[in-house]
Amino acid sequence: MNWGSFYAVISGVNRHSTGIGRVWLSVIFIFRILVLVVAAESVWGDEKSGFVCNTQQPGCNSVCYDQFFPISHIRLWALQLILVSTPALLVAMHVAHRRHIDKKILKRTGRSSPKELEHIKNQKFQITGALWWTYMISIIFRILFEVAFLYIFYLIYPGFRMVRLVKCDSYPCPNTVDCFVSRPTEKTIFTVFMLAVSGVCVLLNLAEVVYLISRACKRCFGGPEEESKVAWISQRLPTYRQNEINQLIADHSLKSKLTLTKKCPTEKGERCSAF
Amino acid sequence: MSWPALYAQLVGANRHSTSLGKVWLSVLFIFRVMVLVVAAESVWGDEQSDFTCNTLQPGCENVCYDQFFPVSHIRLWCLQLVFVSTPTLLVAMYVAYRNHGDKKRLLQGSGRAGSLSSKGQEDDLETLKRRRLPIAGALWWTYACSLVFRLLFEGGFMYALYVVYDGFQMPRLVQCDQWPCPNLVDCFISRPTEKTIFTVFMATASSICMVLNMAELAYLVAKAVTRSLCSQKERKTCGKSSRERTRNKTNHKSLVST
Repeated sequence: MNWGSFYAVISGVNRHSTGIGRVWLSVIFIFRILVLVVAAESVWGDEKSGFVCNTQQPGCNSVCYDQFFPISHIRLWALQLILVSTPALLVAMHVAHRRHIDKKILKRTGRSSPKELEHIKNQKFQITGALWWTYMISIIFRILFEVAFLYIFYLIYPGFRMVRLVKCDSYPCPNTVDCFVSRPTEKTIFTVFMLAVSGVCVLLNLAEVVYLISRACKRCFGGPEEESKVAWISQRLPTYRQNEINQLIADHSLKSKLTLTKKCPTEKGERCSAF
Repeated sequence: MSWPALYAQLVGANRHSTSLGKVWLSVLFIFRVMVLVVAAESVWGDEQSDFTCNTLQPGCENVCYDQFFPVSHIRLWCLQLVFVSTPTLLVAMYVAYRNHGDKKRLLQGSGRAGSLSSKGQEDDLETLKRRRLPIAGALWWTYACSLVFRLLFEGGFMYALYVVYDGFQMPRLVQCDQWPCPNLVDCFISRPTEKTIFTVFMATASSICMVLNMAELAYLVAKAVTRSLCSQKERKTCGKSSRERTRNKTNHKSLVST
């Protein structure tokens, strides 16, 4: 399991995302994961071996390194990327659940031809109803994780600058020793870059939230007939059979009305308006 | 064989899992295997080379490292993940065995019936291959056993880690007096805080997996109990209606006779 297979898993969710969601996913993979793997990991590669203290005392290096770098930037970013990407799987699970229900209904109504099942498999669901809520919750979790990691980063490494020199006096260092960090400027550049992209991702997520809410409001207040039809098709499938029965009853009652109106020609106008 | 190959095997076996089983598989691969490969392995990469003891005595560092790290965390986690994933293959084996039996019966049946169109037979075999078996009967027992084994392995490995390393915290300094160390020497562990963070993370993920497995087991038991209650009800109503039918018959006969 590596970033490549992770990408394959997460990008499958892309089909059911909004446009902003797809942009967000591309930013995550290109500007964060790719940069992490291709560039940042080599900058931090020698972080421990290149951390040198001005002492011959064995163990002083290790202890001072541990004191100033409780968790490496690289690992923090890797965890952040994993945790931030996984809420998208909530949406994938919801979609899989909906497909499963639709398949079941099709089988029960006796229309489980391979063509129909294939259609269910490739169907793209509208982000309405329960899926809207799942999507919204996944975006909120994304934002929470991003902000939480930014805060943890700030707590552990206050300021975004990597210093060249740290002073350490933990045991077994004999006194206050100078310890030198390897590649501080390059690390500062990459830290600022990763934090900036993280900020951009937070903004994209906020924009997506606003977009989804505005779309939902538009659906509620404007164009109710069109949207309600779509909502009906995608949400009322369990009542499909009942609707078929209702249709039959309606047709039957219409037929009986027609036979009545044949005898009462004065109600012709009304009959036309009923259609 | 590598992690992606194991993933491919397990995803195939996962078709016959419950939804909780599918969630468990995702948690396993994303929060445990992926974190292990992408992050944890680099943290433990220099565990021996950077294990420094306050002595120049040759061999002392090796001996002290071996005393305090009989088996590395990384190796323990790899073993744990392998052991925990394999009970799912029990289910896959059982499904393969069932499919094999059904395939044989299908071929025999079509042979006896005469010439069934080869296309029709192929379609039937394909459906057999692709179908998803309901978790009932012997498959239920196989699945439940696999869950129990998963729980045992998870618990066992977590306990082993706790016992070997005396808790989940990695100390900065250990004191060692094994031969050939000349006296009690201080030995310093590399990146202890980062290792503690990852140990706690992996232990948490392991506990979440255990909770998911227990929930899945409870769900299976509940499903089995409901199914047996429903089938009992059905048998009672069938029994009642058949008794009614026989009573009606006898009544009818007695009426006819009079």
